[in-house]
Amino acid sequence: MEVSLQPAAHTTGRLRDRLSFRDFGRKWKNRGMRLLLLVMAIAAIAPLLSVFIYVFQQGGSSLNWSFFSEVPVPVGETGGGMLNAWVGTVTIVLMASVVGIPWGIAAGIYLSEYGKGKLGNVLRFATDILTSVPSIIIGLFAYAIIVVPLKRFSAHAGAAALAVIMVPFVTRTTEELLKLVPNHVREAGLALGLPRWKVVLWIVLRGSAGGIMTGVMLAVARVAGETAPLLFTAFGNRFLSLSLDQPMATLPVQIYTYAISPYEEWHRQAWAGAFVLVIFVFTLNLFTRLIMARRR
Amino acid sequence: MANPILETKEVSAWFGKHQAVRGISFSAEPNTINAMIGPSGCGKSTFLRCLNRLHEEVEGARVEGSVLLSKEDIYGQGVDPVAVRRRIGMVFQKPNPFPSMSVFDNVAAGLRLAGIHKRSVLAEVVERSLVQAALWEEVKDKLKQPGTSLSGGQQQRLCIARALAVNPPVLLMDEPTSALDPISTAKIEELLVNLKNDVTIVIVTHNMQQAARISDQTCFFLTGELVEAGETSRIFTNPQDTRTEQYITGRFG
Amino acid sequence: MSKAVALEVSQTVEAGPVKKRDLHLGDRVFFWILRGVATSVILLLAALTLYLFRLSIPAFQTFGAKFLISLEWNPVSEVFGAGPFIYGTVVSSLLALCISVPVSLGVSLFLNELAPKKLADTMGFLVEMLAAIPSVVYGLWGIFVLAPWLRTTVQPLLGKTFGFIPLFQGPPFGVGMLAAGLVLAIMITPTISAICKEVFRAIPDHQREASLALGATRWEMIHMSVIQTARSGILGAVILGLGRAMGETMAVTMVIGNRAEIDISLFAPAQTMASVIANEYAEASSQIHLSSLAAVGLSLFVVSLLINAMARFVVHRVDSRSAKAAH
Repeated sequence: MEVSLQPAAHTTGRLRDRLSFRDFGRKWKNRGMRLLLLVMAIAAIAPLLSVFIYVFQQGGSSLNWSFFSEVPVPVGETGGGMLNAWVGTVTIVLMASVVGIPWGIAAGIYLSEYGKGKLGNVLRFATDILTSVPSIIIGLFAYAIIVVPLKRFSAHAGAAALAVIMVPFVTRTTEELLKLVPNHVREAGLALGLPRWKVVLWIVLRGSAGGIMTGVMLAVARVAGETAPLLFTAFGNRFLSLSLDQPMATLPVQIYTYAISPYEEWHRQAWAGAFVLVIFVFTLNLFTRLIMARRR
Repeated sequence: MANPILETKEVSAWFGKHQAVRGISFSAEPNTINAMIGPSGCGKSTFLRCLNRLHEEVEGARVEGSVLLSKEDIYGQGVDPVAVRRRIGMVFQKPNPFPSMSVFDNVAAGLRLAGIHKRSVLAEVVERSLVQAALWEEVKDKLKQPGTSLSGGQQQRLCIARALAVNPPVLLMDEPTSALDPISTAKIEELLVNLKNDVTIVIVTHNMQQAARISDQTCFFLTGELVEAGETSRIFTNPQDTRTEQYITGRFG
Repeated sequence: MSKAVALEVSQTVEAGPVKKRDLHLGDRVFFWILRGVATSVILLLAALTLYLFRLSIPAFQTFGAKFLISLEWNPVSEVFGAGPFIYGTVVSSLLALCISVPVSLGVSLFLNELAPKKLADTMGFLVEMLAAIPSVVYGLWGIFVLAPWLRTTVQPLLGKTFGFIPLFQGPPFGVGMLAAGLVLAIMITPTISAICKEVFRAIPDHQREASLALGATRWEMIHMSVIQTARSGILGAVILGLGRAMGETMAVTMVIGNRAEIDISLFAPAQTMASVIANEYAEASSQIHLSSLAAVGLSLFVVSLLINAMARFVVHRVDSRSAKAAH
């Protein structure tokens, strides 16, 4: 057989002197591509490091006690802080959580325990869409349902927007975690004569409480940094305000306003705000990761 | 042991700190089938993967000793594992055709890696390899279909054809029939006996009858050691080591 | 449990008549509450769609379908067309993909196929953290770090080297399309690489060994057994990344320069559908201006729905095919 000899050519001869010109090329291509992948990996992480360095450097040096304890001062004066903004963020995120978390968890329970039918599939579809809707659109929605009828920007509207962002997130997390609970656990509960609702609430849900908590914390971390849906809902406020039907400052919106302003002093404040926000979000993320790692 | 094509000297292999293979010396004559048997976890598969330097691809894995292919150490200095693997083909436990490639491209994959792109040459070699693997008649009209569209037994023969296409002098097989039904298994066993004329086969099997049916030499492994090796008929009728005897009479494993 | 207690328990269980209906009532109430909640989430989406429509009706009534292609956006003369923003969204997102796809593929391949486990874990964590940084922080960084760097270093260099291409002509502003594309690229990299990593991880090791055993080099193995096999999965990841890029608002708003004009140069300021809403909605005073912004929002909503449906379709097809292959 003549043909078979041709491909066989590279399988004869000694291993060591079989480095033909082509093999040489393959070897270098291999090295080159591996190097390229490493470079890409570094390129992916480099921005993170740069963001970190600047946030810590600029933010850390601009941060002081009055940042937490004072409200902004008029342009031109030095000093002042973001008391109004962080109090506002805490308030609005709390309000959003009070609505969004139970709502999401309940929908998640429905999906995992009763979600096999048509309604379940529609709900799954709806949560998928809701998670993919850009957050600025959610802001438009909150504007339409709350700001328009009340004729006023308010903390309510901001919290509503954030709650709508939380719901699908919490729903999917809850469903995924409850589905991990094996069916025999439910059956064991039912066999004890417990009604299904008690089995679901006291056995299934409680067993997954840790996991759901971590999912919830990630959702909180995510909405705490949201800016776009708050721009024309909670709007902003130069003063410390706790009235929920009034415009309220939030950390992200204040960072935005300060960042695009022409004042040096405000830029420093914006970095300090970013520092606080990043620390908060990262602590929550790290914390949930630790919990998850320990559970595994 | 006149002129072994494949010979190992004191081969040991580790996964991290765990030693899976302990100082194995073994040799295979040209045009023979050599079966590795032993209870699971005895290191026979690991040993097989040392023979084409695939073991070292696992993170933390390490090999010592030497493996001579036609008297040349594949672990020698300056030897590229890539060159080794082109000379020593391998077929795995689970059929693993490339899912993104057609039947034709699967068989041609090794040739293309070796820099052969001429359509006419590829077509000839693909046909020859598929004939060798006793698959040609079944797939000659399906060469453009994805390799994964074939049945399990056909997929495994496709993998054998893929390995044969580059004309390797040695073919390693890691329990090639364990995922197949009895009829496909019988076909592959028949195929192996025919292939002996072209290649030397080292086959790991969990099935003692298979070893007895097709192999010329049988090696019995236990906890990483080679307990006994010899002519298959002798091992199965007159084992020298009591552990071998216990294993083949089914007293443990 | 002591004997006495056990006896008592068994007595109460046996003694009291089993109120079957009561037990069922609890279950039924529970079920209907949950059902109500489930329906409410669906209604939420319906309401969102409806209100978005309602807000944008005046704009479409005034400008018709031409709204989507008209290039003029003038709040003073109250003539509105979404053309510049659609252009801005498309170009900035595509630019982001051009930068992010090779990087995301590179990092996920590196972590999955090349890096030792410890390094892979650490780097993987860092890449995930990219997704945790709030958009507004990227914007801040974009304004004060990225844009100055682009203005003083990157853009002059690009202009000098590739100045004959219209994309790289014009004065270096720093802020503009290029800055937006870069920030978006950074923000969608964790999305794309996370999905790619999952797709690569789903490829069984014996596929990799198949090519290694044929004498493939490491890179040839990655190409043959990983990239080729994962093609559709990678496509799904890229489409999802595109969806994210199109909806991203704050960071883009802060670095894109906000000018409602189409300029072929990547150095020039531009505006996207999301950024114009963020930029003008709170300050828009006329009804038609608000409605036009909402109409831009509605268009963005529809586009992001389509993109996500497409990604889901691609990923779903991969899932069902690999399920078949596993058989």
